[in-house]
Amino acid sequence: MTATLDIVLWVVVPYVCLAIFITGHAWRYRYDKFGWTTRSSQLYESKLLRWGSPLFHFGILAVFAGHVMGLGIPKSWTDAVGLSESVYHAMAVSVGLLAGLATVVGMSLLIYRRRTNSAVFGATTRMDKAMYLLLGVVIFFGLWNTIGSGVLNLYDHYDYREGVSVWFRGIFTFQLHPALMAQAPFPFQVHGMAAMLLFALWPFTRLVHVFSAPLFYLWRPYVVYRAKSERFGARAPRRGWEKSEKTLR
Amino acid sequence: MRVMAQMSMVMNLDKCIGCHTCSVTCKQAWTNRTGTEYVWFNNVETRPGQGYPRTYEDQEKWEGGWTLTKRGRLRLKAGGRIKNLATIFSSPKLPSIQDYYEPWTYDYETLTNAPLQEHSPVARPISLITGKDMNITWSANWDDDLGGSELLAADPILAKVSDQVKLAYEQTFMFYLPRICEHCLNPSCAASCPSGAIYKRAEDGIVLVDQDKCRGWRKCVTGCPYKKVYFNHKTGKAEKCTFCFPRIEVGLPTVCAETCVGRLRYIGLVLYDADQVLEAATVTDPKDLLESQRGVFLDPFDPTVIREAEKAGIPRDWVDAAQRSPIWALISTFKVALPLHPEYRTMPMVWYIPPLSPVVDVVQETGEDAEEAGNLFAAIDTLRIPVEYLAELFTAGDTEPVTGVLKKLAAMRSYMRDINMGRPGDPSIPEAVGMTTGEMDAMFRLLAIAKYDERYVIPPAHAEQAHDLEELATECSLNYDGGPGMGGSGPFGEGSGAGTPLAVENFRALKDRQTSDTTATGITGPATRVNMLNWDGRGTPPGLFPGREGPPEEPRNETTSDRQGKA
Repeated sequence: MTATLDIVLWVVVPYVCLAIFITGHAWRYRYDKFGWTTRSSQLYESKLLRWGSPLFHFGILAVFAGHVMGLGIPKSWTDAVGLSESVYHAMAVSVGLLAGLATVVGMSLLIYRRRTNSAVFGATTRMDKAMYLLLGVVIFFGLWNTIGSGVLNLYDHYDYREGVSVWFRGIFTFQLHPALMAQAPFPFQVHGMAAMLLFALWPFTRLVHVFSAPLFYLWRPYVVYRAKSERFGARAPRRGWEKSEKTLR
Repeated sequence: MRVMAQMSMVMNLDKCIGCHTCSVTCKQAWTNRTGTEYVWFNNVETRPGQGYPRTYEDQEKWEGGWTLTKRGRLRLKAGGRIKNLATIFSSPKLPSIQDYYEPWTYDYETLTNAPLQEHSPVARPISLITGKDMNITWSANWDDDLGGSELLAADPILAKVSDQVKLAYEQTFMFYLPRICEHCLNPSCAASCPSGAIYKRAEDGIVLVDQDKCRGWRKCVTGCPYKKVYFNHKTGKAEKCTFCFPRIEVGLPTVCAETCVGRLRYIGLVLYDADQVLEAATVTDPKDLLESQRGVFLDPFDPTVIREAEKAGIPRDWVDAAQRSPIWALISTFKVALPLHPEYRTMPMVWYIPPLSPVVDVVQETGEDAEEAGNLFAAIDTLRIPVEYLAELFTAGDTEPVTGVLKKLAAMRSYMRDINMGRPGDPSIPEAVGMTTGEMDAMFRLLAIAKYDERYVIPPAHAEQAHDLEELATECSLNYDGGPGMGGSGPFGEGSGAGTPLAVENFRALKDRQTSDTTATGITGPATRVNMLNWDGRGTPPGLFPGREGPPEEPRNETTSDRQGKA
C-alpha cells in the first residue's frame, strides 16, 4: 500500500510540473516571443564569462546526455548488449564526475560573476535568482549522488537504474511506481523533486533558450531573404478574403 | 539574371560639417530607450580617429566580415558554421560596453535639492549600466575634431601608413565620416546569425532583425565588420539601423537624411543581379572589389534589365525610380562614389564621395589659385598622404580610383568657376577627366543644387492594396457616419481610439489635413475638429467653443476688410 503522501509527491507533483512545463512553453512561445532570449550579459563582462559559461554549458550538455542514458535506457537493454554492471558503473561515474565538476565549477564562476559585477547583478531579475537557486540545488544533489552513492557507496549499493529510472520512465508510460521513489535514498529524492520543480519554473525563466539551440544554422543558406508573403499583401489574407486568382503569373 | 532592387545611400563627404544632427535625430527616433543608451545607429566619426566602437576597423582584432579561404572560397572571418556554434556560449570577439562607452546620466536632482551651501552643487555623472557614480573617460565621439591627438595612434587605418606619413598627415587635414548600417548585398551579420533572425528584405534590400526570432546569441555583433549591429542589454536582442523603413515605405527619406543640414545624403534605388553577388565578393585581389561590385549593378535603362525586372515582379514605377536614382548616377554614371571598406567583402550599399576640400585648403595656404584646375590636379598628385588614407577607407588601398574621383571634383570646381564668373566654360577641363561638358553640368546639378525630389528618389512600397483590404476587416466598429468615431476620430477626439494603420493613404490624408487652410467639416457639434495650427487667433471658428443655449450664433469672423474699415 502506497502512502497518500508518496502518491502526491511522486505522481501528482511530477504530472503537474510536466503539464506546466509543456503548456507554459506553449504559452510563452505564443505570447512572449520577444522575451524568448538568452539574456546574455557578455556585453558587461567577459573575462569570467569566457571560462565560466563554456564550462557550465558543455558540462550540463554532457550531464544531460548522461541522464538520457541513465534514465532513458532500461538496464535490461545494456545487459542485452553485454555491457557488464561494473563497466557501466565505472563509465557512468567517471564521465558523470567530470561533467558534474565542470558544471559546478562553471556555475560557481557564473554566480560569483553575477554577484560581484554590479552591471551584471543589476541586470538580474527575481526569476533569475529563483532559477539559480533551484538549478543549484538540482546540480548539487546530482553531483552528490554521483559521489556519495557512486564513489563512496554511502547508500548501501543503491542502484538508481532499478529505482529512480524505472519511476521516471513510468511517468511517460503511465506505469506508476511511486513506491520506488519513496524507497530511494534521501538525496535522490531531493534531486528528483527539485528537478520537477525546476521543470515547472522552466518556461518562465531564461532557460527557455535551451529550446532555441540553433542547430538549423548548420544547413540553412548564409543570407536569409524575406519577401512579403503575398505580393499585394503585408499579411496573409484572412479567411474568406483570399483572392480568387491565386497567381497572376 | 535575377534582378533585385536595393535601397541605398550616398554621402558627399565634402559637405559634412560634423554637426551630429543626423546622429541626434536618429537617436531620438530609434534608440532613446533603456538598453540602447550606448547605441548610435548613425554616428559621425572624425578621421583620422579610432571610430566607434574603438578600433572597429581592425579586423585582425575583431574578425568581422568575410575572408577568402586558401581554396578561394568565401568564409566568415570569425570562423565557419561549426566554429560559430561551438563558441556560442562565450563569443570570443564581442566588443565590451567599454569598447563602445559606458552610457551615463547626471544627478540633476542634486541641483535643485541641495541645501544652501558655499559652493554651487554639481550634478555628478551616474552610470546608466550600474547606477553608480562614474568617471567619464570615453564616449561615441570622444576624439571629435582630433580631440586628444595621442589617441590618433590607435587609428587602425593610420597604422597602415608609415610614421613619416603620419606626421605630415596630421598637419594636412581631417574630415568627418557619418556612418549608418551598410545594408550590404552580402551581409555577414545575417550569415553569422545562428537563429536566422537577420534577413534582407527581398523588395528593397533593407537588412532587418526579426525581434521575435532573435535569441540573443550576439554572433551578428562579431560578424558585422562595421559594428553596426548592437546588443540591447535590456531586452537581450540585437538591434540595428532599419534604414527608417516605415518612412521609406511611404516614400520619405530616412531621418538622418531628412535632417541633414548639409544636404549631403542621397537616397535611391539600385538594381542589381543577385546571382552575381557571391562571385563578385570572391574576387582574389581586394583592390578589384570596387570594380566587381560596380559590375553587379544593372543599368536600369537597358531593355533586357527592364524586362528581367518585370519578370522578377519589380513594379514599373520602381524601375522608373531606379532610372532617376541619384545613387545609380553617382556610383555608375559619374563614378564619383566609393564604397566604405570593400575589402570586408560584404558588398556595402552606403557609398561615399571622398572629400576634396582639404586639398583645396592646402593649395589655398600656399597662396596659389585653389580653384585653378592645373593647381588642383597637381596637388592631388603630390598630396599622396590624404589620398592613401582615403584609399585605405574606400578602395582597399588602391589610390587610383580615389585620385580619379578627386580630379573629377576638382575639375568640376574649376569648370564651374568660369561659368559662375560669366565666362564660357572651358571644355578642356571636363575632357581632362574624361567627361563631356554636358556630363559635367549634370554632375554639378546633382552635387550642388539638386532639390529634395532629386536627392531622394524613393518609390513607395506596394502595399496600398493590402492596407485597403486589411482595413475592411480591421476598421473600428464605431467608425461609421455619425457614430462616436465620426469617420477618423475616436470617442475622445482626434487621435483617440485604435491606432491608425500605417499606410500611404493615411500618410497623404494626414499631410492634406495638416496643410489645408480650412477645417475639414462645417458641422458644429462636440466632434467637430478645429485646426489650431491654421487659426490665427482672431474670431471664433465654428466648433471652437461649445454652442450656447438658445438660437445658434452667427460665426463672428472678423475679416481684414472689417478691420480696415474701422481704421
